[in-house]
Amino acid sequence: MNPLIDNLGLVLEALGTTLLMAVVAGVGSIVLGVLVTVARVSPIRALRVAAFGYVQFFINVPLLALLLLAVFALPDAGLMLPLTPTAIIVLIVYEAAYVAEAVRSGVNTVAVGQLEASRALGLTLAQSLRLVVLPQALRAVVQPIGNVMIALAMNTALAAAVGVVELTAAVNKINLVAAQPILIFSSAGVIYMGIALAIGLAAGRVERKVAIVR
Amino acid sequence: MVSLRGVDKYFGELHVLKHIDLTVQASEVVVVVGPSGSGKSTLCRSINRLESIDAGEIRVDGEPLPVEGPALAALRADVGMVFQSFNLFAHRTVLENVTLAPINVRRVPKVDARREAMELLDRVGIADKAGHLPAQLSGGQQQRAAIARALAMRPKVMLFDEPTSALDPEMVGEVLDVMASLAAEGMTMIVVTHEMGFARRAADRVVFMDQGQIVEEAAPDQFFDAPGSERARSFLASVLSH
Repeated sequence: MNPLIDNLGLVLEALGTTLLMAVVAGVGSIVLGVLVTVARVSPIRALRVAAFGYVQFFINVPLLALLLLAVFALPDAGLMLPLTPTAIIVLIVYEAAYVAEAVRSGVNTVAVGQLEASRALGLTLAQSLRLVVLPQALRAVVQPIGNVMIALAMNTALAAAVGVVELTAAVNKINLVAAQPILIFSSAGVIYMGIALAIGLAAGRVERKVAIVR
Repeated sequence: MVSLRGVDKYFGELHVLKHIDLTVQASEVVVVVGPSGSGKSTLCRSINRLESIDAGEIRVDGEPLPVEGPALAALRADVGMVFQSFNLFAHRTVLENVTLAPINVRRVPKVDARREAMELLDRVGIADKAGHLPAQLSGGQQQRAAIARALAMRPKVMLFDEPTSALDPEMVGEVLDVMASLAAEGMTMIVVTHEMGFARRAADRVVFMDQGQIVEEAAPDQFFDAPGSERARSFLASVLSH
């Protein structure tokens, strides 16, 4: 018998935590990532520099290091948050950098004439971005953002290292008792594959649905 | 309505507009012609500040062009622009293309914006395409939609930057017809074009540019029948001979 099925309650609860982290951090990172992109293409130099620095920082620092920093250093600085919310916030700010890179590549696919036409109609730069440029940019990068979301879902496993009882932590705990590592970790792997597959399929559907006829 | 005084513009080392003086009266149709690279498109684009200028002054309806910001957006709302490459918003239907700016810039209620947009689309002959995406239209239909989009803002002046240059020959006529009817209704228009027939038919005044300068300004009959400058003569000889 598979020990994961014997401990179904624990596994499901941990899977719930994994999915919660993936969904909340996914939505949060897309919102933050788009905002970072807006800053990155804004006419205000300070914003562009800040956004560039943001992206470079989070792309070049390991997620595990950020998690450890947030979990152990922030309480020292007087900021106490439960473990799971802390991990979610770290995932948001980390993955937002990758989302921002994807969206920026989408912005580059929007023809300059689209912006000129919207400016010529009297739309402000903010309106042009919101109504014309970003909707087209986001449509162009559904699949790349889907890939970031898959990476994010897989990265939730790192939260196990700082004490969040998500799927990886839970099956690790079960294995300490059952001692069937191949079966247990392969089963967990299959569950992660299922999550990745679901995100990939969803991204494909969304992409077809919002694709711009050209 | 539009006046340029001593306008200079450089692209790096290249002096693309050389001390341009031009005044366009209300309801006047000025057609700007000239060889490629003569600066006529840049001139057109500088009037709503899609190109900034390095010296001189441009006024629209008496007001000097503002620098970037809300004031410039407000001025652009009053200046319609039609581009060579149409530049319809690819992710929006034709109707949404026409209503986007009235709703978001002029704050026209959606119902009214849609009704007015349908009237404009009907006027340019593509009311049946209102629900289509730009890519589903022919080039001529796209350009007519772009004209309707600009007219929806009730502009004081319309700028046309080579509006037929990207069109298949059989579609040029349908766009020029719309432009000619606009001109006949008294719209103030500045048209950069290679369509000499349109210039002769619809222009009040033809402006000939070469190498960043206005070489000649004349009524169309005079310009085409008896051009005053050697450069205009050789230009006309080259475009009218084929």
